[in-house]
Amino acid sequence: MRDLSHRRGWGFWLQLGFTLLVCALLTVPMAMSMLAGLTANYFVGLKSGLTLRWVEEVWRVYSGTILLSLQIAFACLACTLVLGVPAAYALARRPGRIARLVEELLTMPVAIPGLATALALIVTYGGVGDLRRSWLFILIGHVLFTLPFMVRAVLAVMGSIDLTTLEEGAASLGAGFLRRFATVVLPNCRSGILAGSLMVLTLSVGEFNLTWLLHTPLTKTLPVGLADSYASLRIEIGSAYTLVFFLMIVPSLILMQGLSRRGRPSV
Amino acid sequence: MPDSVMPNSFHLDAVPIRLERCGKTFAGGARALEPLDLTIRGGETIVFLGPSGCGKTTTLRIIAGLESPDPGGRVLFGEEDVTALPIERRNVGMVFQSYALFPNMTVAENVAYGLKVRKLPRVDRARRVEELLDLMHLGEFAGRRIDQLSGGQRQRVALARALVVRPRVLLLDEPLTALDAKLRDSLRLEIDRLLRSLGITAVYVTHDQGEAMALGDRIVVMAKGRVAQVGTPREIYYQPADAFVADFIGTMNRLGGTVRGGMLSLGTALLPWSGPDGAAELLVRPEDLALAGEADGHLDGTVAAAVFLGDRTRLVVEPADGPALTVDAAGRSELGRGDRVWLRVDPARVLAVP
Repeated sequence: MRDLSHRRGWGFWLQLGFTLLVCALLTVPMAMSMLAGLTANYFVGLKSGLTLRWVEEVWRVYSGTILLSLQIAFACLACTLVLGVPAAYALARRPGRIARLVEELLTMPVAIPGLATALALIVTYGGVGDLRRSWLFILIGHVLFTLPFMVRAVLAVMGSIDLTTLEEGAASLGAGFLRRFATVVLPNCRSGILAGSLMVLTLSVGEFNLTWLLHTPLTKTLPVGLADSYASLRIEIGSAYTLVFFLMIVPSLILMQGLSRRGRPSV
Repeated sequence: MPDSVMPNSFHLDAVPIRLERCGKTFAGGARALEPLDLTIRGGETIVFLGPSGCGKTTTLRIIAGLESPDPGGRVLFGEEDVTALPIERRNVGMVFQSYALFPNMTVAENVAYGLKVRKLPRVDRARRVEELLDLMHLGEFAGRRIDQLSGGQRQRVALARALVVRPRVLLLDEPLTALDAKLRDSLRLEIDRLLRSLGITAVYVTHDQGEAMALGDRIVVMAKGRVAQVGTPREIYYQPADAFVADFIGTMNRLGGTVRGGMLSLGTALLPWSGPDGAAELLVRPEDLALAGEADGHLDGTVAAAVFLGDRTRLVVEPADGPALTVDAAGRSELGRGDRVWLRVDPARVLAVP
């Protein structure tokens, strides 16, 4: 091995340096922010000591937004699963110009600024019953925004396996549509469904653009609360808030990754 | 593999299949299959043979229930009209070119799938899965995942999976095409042995004439959505119905001659011939052309290529006029490029193009 390391030229060190620099560029602000949330007084610096006071404060004031965010995220996941997986299946099974058009249309909410989508939603549905004051209004926005990601993720996997032939095989053995869907289609699209779910959860929890317009004082989500606290409270509180956000999202990400790994065939 | 390995108990019903005016026009208006009438006898292995796009796969899919024939067409299994039944209610076994095995299940689970659908009790299921895995020599692979198997093993699993439900007919869609040559030969022998011993009605689709000749009790040669000829392998080979069949099956030479007054003049020879007067186009197999001396030869030409195949040497001979001829010479023949040869034609084995 030593021989090899001798041969590492300036190119290797340049690449390593560049990679580390990019990593630092991305992680240092995160770390600084999280550290700020644990610092007694940010303006004095670390020598003022570390404290959990701000985290507690965040929990006291904003626990409602955190729970609402989780509630919306999981509701959004449920909706995108129920709508997105069959939609992807339909698109995968019917390759044609109309299917491609629908696929493009599904991507529209991603391309249009969230604020515009939110405005459109308010103009159209804002007056429908109590919807404007309900968290369901935010949910609708989130589903609209995240659905394309679910459909794309599932569609990508469906496109990579010969779904039609697999289904024909199952049908030749006597399996009707529902049985084929449950025992052959879904299990073989598992990796795509998990990837899509991961995407939907994280996008929903972190969504700000749409939510900022759709929320009411009683339906604040985490990112909206975060913006509030940064704008109006001490920087330590905003930072502690970020810390809470990380603590919340990272375990769920790890959990989902673990699930998707277990689903893969052991080779 | 001795035949005694095969459990005698495993024998399937021989259900005849009848196709009545089964045509297929696709949504775009393209005619994939001209209306077809065909009876497949119970227990018979019938092979649909033809180039891609000839309608052979469409026919198979109509029998399977994956496609429905154009209005007016009927598919009958025995006395039962199954035209309106989807594939899952026809009780057919199907083997696909791409195997179509479920990657999310083990070998045993794949084989058990059809039995599970039929709600067979667990004990019976296990017994029948084991029986079929043994039949296909797959016992040791029961717990394997599909991606841990070779192509030949996968296709044997697919066969086991199709047969375990005791289907009324077995449908095979180019089952050997995805395999390499050596595996193809050994699996073809295995399929042949299986079809003979099971007694099941089998429909086999291929573009490979070797497979068709080896497996088929009868062959249906198809071209451009039509049946060109139905017959035993021998009939197809020795009495091709038209020039297409003659060319598609094996190698066929074309000769030009003239008929006058019951005699055919071919090269330097005059042979007795029954046929109308005038120019005749004739077909002859390479093995029916023999090398001869200058005295008794009918045609002469120059060797353009000589390919040593071990048991024989295949010569391409260019006559003074007309297309090149393929001739088989003995393996030890020393003939080579540029040599002048004389060929003898056996008039009894020459076919006139219909």
